Amino acid sequence: MVQLTDVFKAYENGSKAIRGISLTIQDGEFVFLVGPSGSGKSTIVKLITGEIAPTDGTVLVNGFNLTTMKFSKMPYMRRTLGVIFQDFRLIENKSVYENVAFAMRVIGASNKEIKHRVPYVLSLVGLEGKEQRHPQELSGGEQQRVAVARALVNDPQMIIADEPTGNLDPTRSLEMMTLLNKINELGTTVLVVTHEKDLVNQFSKRVIAIDAGRVISDGMDGYVQI
Amino acid sequence: MRFNRFKYQLKEGIMNIFNHGFMSLASILITVACLILMGSAILIAVNVNNIIDTLENENEIVAYVNENYSTQEAQALEPELTRLKNVSGVTFVSREQAFEDFKGQYSNSTLLNDLDSSILRDRYVIYLDDLSLMEDTLQDVLDVQGIVKASGHLEIAEGFVTLRNVVGAVSIILVAVLLVISLFIMSNTVKLTTFERREEIAIMKMVGATNSYIEWPFVVEGMLLGLVGSLTAYIAQWGVYMLVGEQIVENAGLSFLSLISFSDLAVPLLILFVVMGLGVGVIGSLMAIKKFLKV
Repeated sequence: MVQLTDVFKAYENGSKAIRGISLTIQDGEFVFLVGPSGSGKSTIVKLITGEIAPTDGTVLVNGFNLTTMKFSKMPYMRRTLGVIFQDFRLIENKSVYENVAFAMRVIGASNKEIKHRVPYVLSLVGLEGKEQRHPQELSGGEQQRVAVARALVNDPQMIIADEPTGNLDPTRSLEMMTLLNKINELGTTVLVVTHEKDLVNQFSKRVIAIDAGRVISDGMDGYVQI
Repeated sequence: MRFNRFKYQLKEGIMNIFNHGFMSLASILITVACLILMGSAILIAVNVNNIIDTLENENEIVAYVNENYSTQEAQALEPELTRLKNVSGVTFVSREQAFEDFKGQYSNSTLLNDLDSSILRDRYVIYLDDLSLMEDTLQDVLDVQGIVKASGHLEIAEGFVTLRNVVGAVSIILVAVLLVISLFIMSNTVKLTTFERREEIAIMKMVGATNSYIEWPFVVEGMLLGLVGSLTAYIAQWGVYMLVGEQIVENAGLSFLSLISFSDLAVPLLILFVVMGLGVGVIGSLMAIKKFLKV
C-alpha cells in the first residue's frame, strides 16, 4: 500500500512541485496517475521510490515510512517495488537474460534461483527465445518488455511504470498496457504514470489526475480533461 | 550466496581495470612514483635519525667534581648522577686518568712536563637519552652536591635536534602531499569507471542493491590498482636503496655515512607500502563512488 498524507515538495530552486497531496493506493489496485507535463507526476514517483524526500508530510510505501526511516533501509523498501521507465534503462552490453538476472543478482539471489526465475518471467512478458539478444537488437516494444521483466523478477508488491508507452507506437502501447493489466490480475499493485488520454480511457481503472502539484480528480471516470 | 556475491564483485572489479587499461596503468604508475618518493623521504628520515642517534651517543656532558673531594668521595657521586632524569649512563674519570688523556692529546708539547694530575679535577662523562633536554640535564647535574662545574656542547646538541626536526617535518609534509596526489589520481581513475557505469549504478539502486554491494567492485578495482602499485614501488625502492648504498660505499667522501641495511627495513617498509597502496586504493574508490550512492 502507498499512502501520501499532506505531502509538499519544493525544490532547491524554489519551485513547488507538490502542494499538499494526500492519496492512498491499496494493495492489488491498478491506478493511472495522469496530468500534463510539469504537473508533478514524476515528483510523486520519485517520492514513492525514495529518490527525493518530501518537504512536508508523510510517505508510506509497503509498510515503510519514508519520512522517518533510516537511509540504510531504503534498499529494502525498493525491493518491494518494480520500476519501469520511459527510456527502458537497459544495460546495453548485457543480454536480455543478463539484464533481468542482474536485478536478482544485486539483491543476493543464488544462481539456482536466478536460473529458475528469469526464464519464467521472460516467458510471462513474451520474450522466450530472445534471452541471448542484446537490447539494441530488439524493437522498442520488446525492450520495454525486458524492462517489465526486470521490474517483475524480484516479485515486487508494486509496479510503478513512469510513462511506459512514451517511446512506443499505439499498437505496442496497448500491448504494454494489456501486459501491465495481466500483471495486476496476478495480484501485483500497478501504478502507471501517463499523459495518454486515449490509452487510459481504454481501461476502466482508477484515475488520479493532478495539476500544478494538486489532485484535481480521483475516480473511475477516466481521464479528466484539464 | 555470499561466495556468488564475492565472485561477482571480484570479477567486476577486475573487468573495470581492463576496461580502462590506460587510466589503470596511469594510476598504477602514479602510485608507484608517489610511493617511491614517499618511501625515499621515509628512508632518508630513518637514516638521518640513525646517524643522529649515533652522534648523540658521542655527545656528552662532562661534570667536574669538587677538587677537595677524595677519589672515593668523588666515586660515591655516581649513583646520584645515574638516577638523574635523561641520563643513560655515567663513566667516572679520575684526575690521573684525565691527566694522562690530556698529555696524550698534547704529546708534542713540553708544557705539561712539570705539572701533575692535581691540577685537574675528578670528573664524570655523562651520556644522555634525549639530546634536546641537554640544558635541563646540565642544570640537574650542577645541582648535585659535589659537582662544581658541568659542560656540554649545547649548540651541537641543538644543531642535531634542529636537523632531526627539519628532516622529520619535511618527510611528513612530503608524505602528506604525495598521499593527496595519489588519492586524487586513484579517485579519478575509479571515477571514470563509475561515470561510465552511472546508469547501471542507478538501476542497481532502483532494484534495491545496498550501497556496500554497489561499492565493492569499485573498491576491489582500487585495491588491486593500489596493491600492484605498492608492490612495484617496493621492488623499485629496494633497487634504488641498494644502488645508493653502493654509491656511498664507493665514494670516499661519504664514508662517514652508514646506511641501515635494507634487510632491517624490508618487512616494515613492505607493510607500509602495501598499507599505503591499499589505503589509497580503497579511500580513492570510496571518494569516487560517494556521489553516485546518495540517491
